[in-house]
Amino acid sequence: MTLSLVVLLPFLGAIAAPLFAQAGRTAIAIASSVPALIALAMLFPHWATLAEGGVLLETHSWLPAVGLSLSFRLDGLSLLFALLILIIGLLIILYARYYLKPYENVGKFYALLLCFKGAMLGIVLSSNLLLMLVFWELTSVVSFLLISFWNHKQDARRGARMALAVTGGGGLALLAGILIIGRIVGSYELDDVLAAADLIKSHALYPFALTLVLLGAFTKSAQFPFHFWLPHAMQAPTPVSAYLHSATMVKAGIFLMARLYPVLAGTDQWFYMVSFTGMVTLLIGAYVALFKHDLKGLLAHSTVSHLGLITLLFGMNTQLAAVAALFHVINHATFKASLFMAAGIIDHETGTRDMRQINGLWRFMPHTATLAMVAASSMAGVPLLNGFLSKEMFFAESLSLNLPGIWAYLPPLVATLAGIFAVAYSARFIHDVFFNGKPVDLPIYPPHEPPRYMKIPVEILVFACVMVGMFPAVSIGPLLHAAAFATLDGQVPEYHLAILHGFNLPLLMSFLAFFGGLLMYSQRQRFFDFHARFREIDEKAVFEKVAMWLEDRAAAFTNRIENGSLQRYAMLLIASAVVVALAPIGDMGLFIGSHGLSPIDWPSLTAAVLLIISALGTAAYHRDRFFALVLLSVVGLVVALTFARFSAPDLAMTQLSVEVVTIVLLMLALYYMPSWTPIETSWPRRLRDLTIALVAGAGMTLITLAMLTQPFESISSFFIANSKPGGGGTNVVNVILVDFRGFDTLGEITVLAIAALGIYAMLKNTALTPPPGDGLGHPWTRDAHPMMLKQIARPMLPLALMISLYIFLRGHNMPGGGFIAGLITAVALVLQYIASGVGWTEDRIPFRYHNVIGLGLLFAVIAGAGSLAFGYPFLTSAFGYITWPVVGKFEIASAMVFDLGVYFTVVGATLLALVSLGKLSPHSAIKSSKGGM
Amino acid sequence: MELAYALIIGTLTASGVYLILRARTFPVVVGLTLLSYGVNLFLFATGRLVTGGQPIIGSTGEYADPLPQALVLTAIVIGFAMTAFAVVLALRNQADNEDDHVDGHRPAPEPRAEEEEGASR
Repeated sequence: MTLSLVVLLPFLGAIAAPLFAQAGRTAIAIASSVPALIALAMLFPHWATLAEGGVLLETHSWLPAVGLSLSFRLDGLSLLFALLILIIGLLIILYARYYLKPYENVGKFYALLLCFKGAMLGIVLSSNLLLMLVFWELTSVVSFLLISFWNHKQDARRGARMALAVTGGGGLALLAGILIIGRIVGSYELDDVLAAADLIKSHALYPFALTLVLLGAFTKSAQFPFHFWLPHAMQAPTPVSAYLHSATMVKAGIFLMARLYPVLAGTDQWFYMVSFTGMVTLLIGAYVALFKHDLKGLLAHSTVSHLGLITLLFGMNTQLAAVAALFHVINHATFKASLFMAAGIIDHETGTRDMRQINGLWRFMPHTATLAMVAASSMAGVPLLNGFLSKEMFFAESLSLNLPGIWAYLPPLVATLAGIFAVAYSARFIHDVFFNGKPVDLPIYPPHEPPRYMKIPVEILVFACVMVGMFPAVSIGPLLHAAAFATLDGQVPEYHLAILHGFNLPLLMSFLAFFGGLLMYSQRQRFFDFHARFREIDEKAVFEKVAMWLEDRAAAFTNRIENGSLQRYAMLLIASAVVVALAPIGDMGLFIGSHGLSPIDWPSLTAAVLLIISALGTAAYHRDRFFALVLLSVVGLVVALTFARFSAPDLAMTQLSVEVVTIVLLMLALYYMPSWTPIETSWPRRLRDLTIALVAGAGMTLITLAMLTQPFESISSFFIANSKPGGGGTNVVNVILVDFRGFDTLGEITVLAIAALGIYAMLKNTALTPPPGDGLGHPWTRDAHPMMLKQIARPMLPLALMISLYIFLRGHNMPGGGFIAGLITAVALVLQYIASGVGWTEDRIPFRYHNVIGLGLLFAVIAGAGSLAFGYPFLTSAFGYITWPVVGKFEIASAMVFDLGVYFTVVGATLLALVSLGKLSPHSAIKSSKGGM
Repeated sequence: MELAYALIIGTLTASGVYLILRARTFPVVVGLTLLSYGVNLFLFATGRLVTGGQPIIGSTGEYADPLPQALVLTAIVIGFAMTAFAVVLALRNQADNEDDHVDGHRPAPEPRAEEEEGASR
């Protein structure tokens, strides 16, 4: 429970903290500290186990099907990072209490800060790679929100967007990399992945996995060429810069490299990709940092440079270098966080961060100045401070790389050069800010020391710098050993933490860097002039331009496809379906399966020819809408015959009645529409449509032919075997509808009901004036309801209802059932409407069709729920036999209630749709009402 | 037999697709109806073509596959609901836009539009 709670606590805190916002900044700061304090207290008892290389695991199942589990793991490496996150987090909370102004939204700030802390702890404690990715993305999102905390500033919004785009994009690459690793290993659990190191490295997909994972790590840790987002993230409030963008979040990429070090490192690909990226980043960051006039800009580029240094160390592929990398993670976090805090204090007290204005602050704030100078010295690598120790290790490692020929000189050269720059910009930070004459036009003058408690976090961090620098083995040794043990899978090399290792080459490099750096700083004006010759690239402007360009292209592309024409969409949809299906169908060609073709009889051939001619005719003569409709009805009838011919009596009856209703419906619609379709499209376009249609038709022919001649295994034997004993009916189709697949049917009649109600809603309050005559200029006949039709239709009604009842009752055993009976009833009633008019018929029907639909659905649901009452699953049917007088033995099944529901829904829906249409014309109701009398 | 059946489905699909690509609502609805005939026949045929094998227990020796039949039965009814819905959409379009073009309005006239032919019929 411990580990999941450690991750969960900050999130709980994020919910609770804003509640204290009203009570003032001190209250909310104290409340926000609680989760970290509890977490530290919970982790403390495990220290003894972890120091000896022990591992703490906690696993909860989440989505086992995709390999995602809530599993957490605490070892030396995750402990190192967790401590950084928790302890620096606590200092930041205290610092931010004084940094934020009372009128600012402190509730939001602390809530986001705690969210970030939880997400970061999630990354370092996750034992499941997918789970880690979830937290990874969460840190990107929270970072976005924190950078844009002052969202009234355009720069802040842009910087946040850029950071999100870069780190979020990297997160996607990481996801892909993790998926590949998971595919190779067959699990996303860290233990399994670590155990499969050799398998991964020898796998053909290893280069892809490596590249993608490194993309994720490099974007997060601001490595060249993705480093540009980090300086722009400095628009965030300084506590955020100190916490996210120097001490913790940017180290997530480093953490990932350390975590997967046993799995991915040790190959040439790793060496070249990681070490060269690190080397370039190290140099570029250090070089640019010197020329930044913005205090935070200098620190940001210095951070980029140090991240490059750590990356380079990991890339060296030696165990000692990895230890040095971990050591530098700790050292950089301490001195850089304290420097950011100092920069924030200076910004707070002077109102600016421009080093051309800030000068000679030593006189005004000696206490802060001392602290900042110690931290900056550590950054420069001055002896007796922690930065010196890891830098010394770095120099030593750069010398021990076995590169061929002249290349062997490259790493030490780069290292010394970067060291010189680091000393130079650190010297600038110290000299330019605290000495170098007097302040120039400070917005706040005179500046003075900040509140006492604002300096405490800086003091603690600087104290740590000194302690580690002077007594490394005692202060940090055990933790570093535990972290190295976990990173290197137990194979910790011999190393010695001491202030001095004697007079050797690395020490010489340090001296070179130190004095070279001081020299460079003293000659800075020449470098500044040299640097000023190059136009500085504003990454933000470039990024915005690229983003705009992409947006424009995307919009243009969308507009081209989506021009608002449904006709075009239909074409694109069908054409793309045809194109996609073309290749597989083309490969198959004319395929006749093992069943072969069977001979055709004359009546079938005649019907087929009739159907084909009618279908083609419908398309060919579609401009004459009435004629097309007549041809369409022929097609429908032959389709019904087809069903009858191939042993589907239920389908034939359904098709027949639907056909009647459909044609009536289309006739009604046609009454309100022009009866001719004009020719509007050009020949080429019609030819194009014709081609698409013919290809689609040919494709369907080939597929059908291939399918029909193939043998197949049906699952229907189950239904046939169980229809009578299980469902109590001999009509298997009906039993499937109301029993086996009753739930589907319930869904289908619901759709039917919704469609009918939709039709009703669409036509309500819609007035359509029909044209005065047909398209040829003939006026409509005055005799809307001919006498003969009326006289025949009325006696037909009871007969038709009788038949539909019969069809309904026998449905379970013989062709029939609720669907068909409902359609027959609907047709019988529609006939009355046609014969006698809407008004006359409405007067004689005492219920509304809405209610019929509702009743039908209610019956269906009750029939289903009834079985629940007896403890069976939904829609389980029961049946029994009763003996009726006259009729004889009669089967009664609960499925019948369900079928009754189907019946009512079909009747209601069909009639509601048709009657809504019939009532459209303002005259029809009145006129027919009179005519009917 | 299979060849004729396949040709039927092909014809229905081709005619349906061609009509769906037309510019006015009514032909599109007719096209949809034709296409749904084709689809229903196709689904039905997944149970293969059986003569005299109605799936009524006890009526025959070899039964046709009842499952596609049950599927197609509901498909027919739903197809009707869809057709009705499309028709009513078309009518609503006619009422609101006083036009029966699928896009709700006539497109800008094409250079080679042969309107004389339509008018002369």
